Amino acid sequence: MKTFWQRFLTNPRVVCGLIWLGLVTILAIFAPLLAPSDPFAIVAEPFKTPFSEYVFGTDSLGRDMWAGLVHGARTSLLIALIATVSAVAFGTMVGGIAGYYGGFIDDILMRMTEFFQTIPSFIFAIVLVAILTPSATSIIIAIAIVSWPPIARIVRGEVLSVKGREFVQAAIIAGQSDSGILLKQVLPNTLSPLIVTGSLLVATAILVESALSFLGLGAPNLMSWGFMVGSGRSFLRDAWWLVAIPGVAILLTVLSINLVGEGLNDALNPRLRDL
Amino acid sequence: MQSGRLLKYIAIRLLQAVPVIFGVIVLCFLMLQLAPGDLATVLAGESGGASEAYIAELQARYGLDKPVLVQLGYYIKNIMMFDLGFSFRHSANISELLAERMLATLLLMGSTLVLSLGLGVLAGLLASLWVGTWKDHVISIVAIIAYATPLFWVGLMLILAFSIKLDWFPTSGMEDVVQFYEGWDRVVDIARHLVLPAITLSLFYLALYARLMRATMLEQRGLDYVTTARAKGLNERQITVRHVLRNALLPVVTMAGVQIGGLLGGSVVVESVFAWPGIGQLAFEALFSRDYNLLLGIFLISAILVVVINLIVDVIYVLLDPRIRVGS
Repeated sequence: MKTFWQRFLTNPRVVCGLIWLGLVTILAIFAPLLAPSDPFAIVAEPFKTPFSEYVFGTDSLGRDMWAGLVHGARTSLLIALIATVSAVAFGTMVGGIAGYYGGFIDDILMRMTEFFQTIPSFIFAIVLVAILTPSATSIIIAIAIVSWPPIARIVRGEVLSVKGREFVQAAIIAGQSDSGILLKQVLPNTLSPLIVTGSLLVATAILVESALSFLGLGAPNLMSWGFMVGSGRSFLRDAWWLVAIPGVAILLTVLSINLVGEGLNDALNPRLRDL
Repeated sequence: MQSGRLLKYIAIRLLQAVPVIFGVIVLCFLMLQLAPGDLATVLAGESGGASEAYIAELQARYGLDKPVLVQLGYYIKNIMMFDLGFSFRHSANISELLAERMLATLLLMGSTLVLSLGLGVLAGLLASLWVGTWKDHVISIVAIIAYATPLFWVGLMLILAFSIKLDWFPTSGMEDVVQFYEGWDRVVDIARHLVLPAITLSLFYLALYARLMRATMLEQRGLDYVTTARAKGLNERQITVRHVLRNALLPVVTMAGVQIGGLLGGSVVVESVFAWPGIGQLAFEALFSRDYNLLLGIFLISAILVVVINLIVDVIYVLLDPRIRVGS
């Protein structure tokens, strides 16, 4: 029987995904060193082609595309991570309470979850960001609000399945508090499906964030990949790379997260592998 | 199934939809409260064209001087009468505006659904038959890439390749209005405009359905009834087509129903890329003119559309799968 790490790290898809994610993470962390100038600053004449003095050229206003890309990596990863962590925290709370207490509370919380799953999430996110006025905070809130329902359902299901087991009963008899039992006994058992779903949610969050900033709902003071595509679209005919390059960055990052997430799933549930 | 029981089932599902719609209306009302500026200005749109008389009329109609709960009552009453307010930017009633734009969106969504379901099921089926071979790998790699591609970017790349470079399809709009095409010519013209937006919106869902279809086909193939069918002497082709395929289609139909809301969200992006004159494009315009009330109207109508389509999918599902007994 191979260990988790053996199964995980020998999967070529996971390795490809991890390499790209590692690279993007390094770019994001060291963005101020790699591209010291403000990504919104005009540094040269517009429409300089890639591989000239600027690696990825300059955009329609003469902003450095390379600076945009590395600072955009920062924005995308940070917003997606914070939004996902918030969604996972909220979803875990709702699902945990619903599954643990059951009955009336469960009914109410699950109707609420279904409600948020039914309404068209991207349109809801657009309306929320527009009304709260676009900023990093409002984008994070909007993405978190549309992402938590699947987490709540998974946690609830897992809680229901471990609630009757001996170790939980033992903790109840031992007089542990409800919140103690939930946090220390029940939730650790829900960890593996949470990690898998959470990682895939990060990918969705990046897609939603980039679509929002493409539509002009990005945070005005933060450079982002979606914004770069959006501001390049009018020049598609003559300077297609302005659109192509940031789009490829989004695509590769989302793809890598999906590959790693699926690799996690395969490695955590080896029996399901061949399905 | 007897039609009486089916009707009863539909009635029950309709009743279940009521709280959802009610919830959406309350949510819209809450978001109106969150919008910057006082409610009358928000309802009038920020174009500044609202006269004092109109603001006063709005205050009376929405009970804006009354407590919040009473305001909610007025709001619900207005929506029940299909009165979603007025958009100054478009100088039209929002409900009329939505009705006018809905057809274009439904056309885009319908074609996308047919395209993504048809090709997705086919690709998933083929991948499951070729499981483990290089063809299977090619299909899953293409699917996983399509699954990760931002819609707006695919749209722009398709415009670059097929409109700008090759000049096969128009870049934007739904028809060439200046040509005044009629009858069949008009249909062909609209179809030519539809190709790129429909492909753009389809790719993600095509990938989703292909992956799901492949997984369920492989799962179903290992089940007992397939062994029974084999023991009965049916050949593999008959087993695949008559038994496995039918059962594998059900999860795909369910998924298609679940994805309707996503499809509507996607069409906002795709319509804004291709200037497709549906409610998505309307939403994009509303963002720029900060017409929050119009935006909320679009959200409301999308949510109702999702509920209605889910209902239809549920009914289709019951008709497709004899194992589901209504009322049990």
